[in-house]
Amino acid sequence: MSIRVLKSSATKTHLRLPRCERAREREKMRLIVHNMLSCNIRGVVNKFPLRIEPEKVIVKEVDFNPDFLKHMIAKIDWKALVDGARSMGYPELPDHPPTTLESDESFLRKFHHSLLELNLEEGSLVCPETGRKFSVNKGIPNMLLHEDEV
Amino acid sequence: MSSRIASIRLVSSHREVYEPCDDSFALVDALLADRTNLIEHNPKVCMEIGSGSGYVITSLILLLKNEVPGVHYLATDTNPIAVRVTKETLEAHGVDADVVCADIATGLDKRLAGSVDVIVVNPPYVPTPEYEVGMEGIASAWAGGENGRTVIDKILPVVDLLLSDKGWLYLVTLTSNFPEEICLMMRKKGYASRIVVQRSTEEENLLILKFWRDQDEVSHKEISSPTFLAHFSRSLSLLMEKRWR
Repeated sequence: MSIRVLKSSATKTHLRLPRCERAREREKMRLIVHNMLSCNIRGVVNKFPLRIEPEKVIVKEVDFNPDFLKHMIAKIDWKALVDGARSMGYPELPDHPPTTLESDESFLRKFHHSLLELNLEEGSLVCPETGRKFSVNKGIPNMLLHEDEV
Repeated sequence: MSSRIASIRLVSSHREVYEPCDDSFALVDALLADRTNLIEHNPKVCMEIGSGSGYVITSLILLLKNEVPGVHYLATDTNPIAVRVTKETLEAHGVDADVVCADIATGLDKRLAGSVDVIVVNPPYVPTPEYEVGMEGIASAWAGGENGRTVIDKILPVVDLLLSDKGWLYLVTLTSNFPEEICLMMRKKGYASRIVVQRSTEEENLLILKFWRDQDEVSHKEISSPTFLAHFSRSLSLLMEKRWR
């Protein structure tokens, strides 16, 4: 049996230099990923969207990329985004996206802010059917199921 | 000048998380070798399943970000410590990805189905006893069960679900995993494949495989399974011969 050895060969044992001090906050859970998460418990039908129970929300600036946003519009569940943004303290998104995006920079900026700049650092994502809570710690949602849920 | 791939000295570490090793480097070398194609491919969503230290997803982001802006990057790992280490590595390199602690892609597969343009996987491929598969901690990084295929065979249907029509998969395997069987299985699902990188180390014979959907290639070339397997062995031998020259 070959075992994957954690080799310390010459190319890999560099002295670890101190990590760069980052002026920016760490990446946290953003609504772009919340919009992609659903409850995977066996037998659950109403599995999306997960309700957000925030404990700590921070705002982190991200470069504005209108092309990316226009691409994302088709993939995003709008209601989940609006409700998610509201629960994270941002009520500015309209209930429906406008029909012509090209000319509406103000809308794109709000969309950008909601999708990419609101960060959940600590909190829970709650299954709408079972109430099961998936924790978010240090910005990482934990979607692992217990054995009896698979 | 910014680095094209992740820098080992900036990769975060933890005793319960697999550190980048020959297999990780081989996968990143495969991505580097295919960089021009990847840029032309213009992916919108890229994902690593089993990100471990974050070395590979970070490298993928670095090698694409200047030429392909506005990509949504995701990474998952089943080890709750590994996802934190992945985030730290991403942060140390000044790049971003959405990281989720999940078993393969639990919780993401429904909404991401048919949307992911590039998936990279360095799975637990070492042949081990079945009971070692899925154990908590660092062993989950390598324990692959019979022929090292238990987790690979769980991952592939999920990948098939997630990949877009133009989606590509890069997969690390050993020759002990019967990669020709993997390619044949994937062929039946409509995927063509090729060996991007072949690397022999002291202990392992690594093959980095690339898969893409190609119904034309797969259905028009009527080819029996034994013939396919023979072709695969021949390609592999040729690759290995080239290295020795």
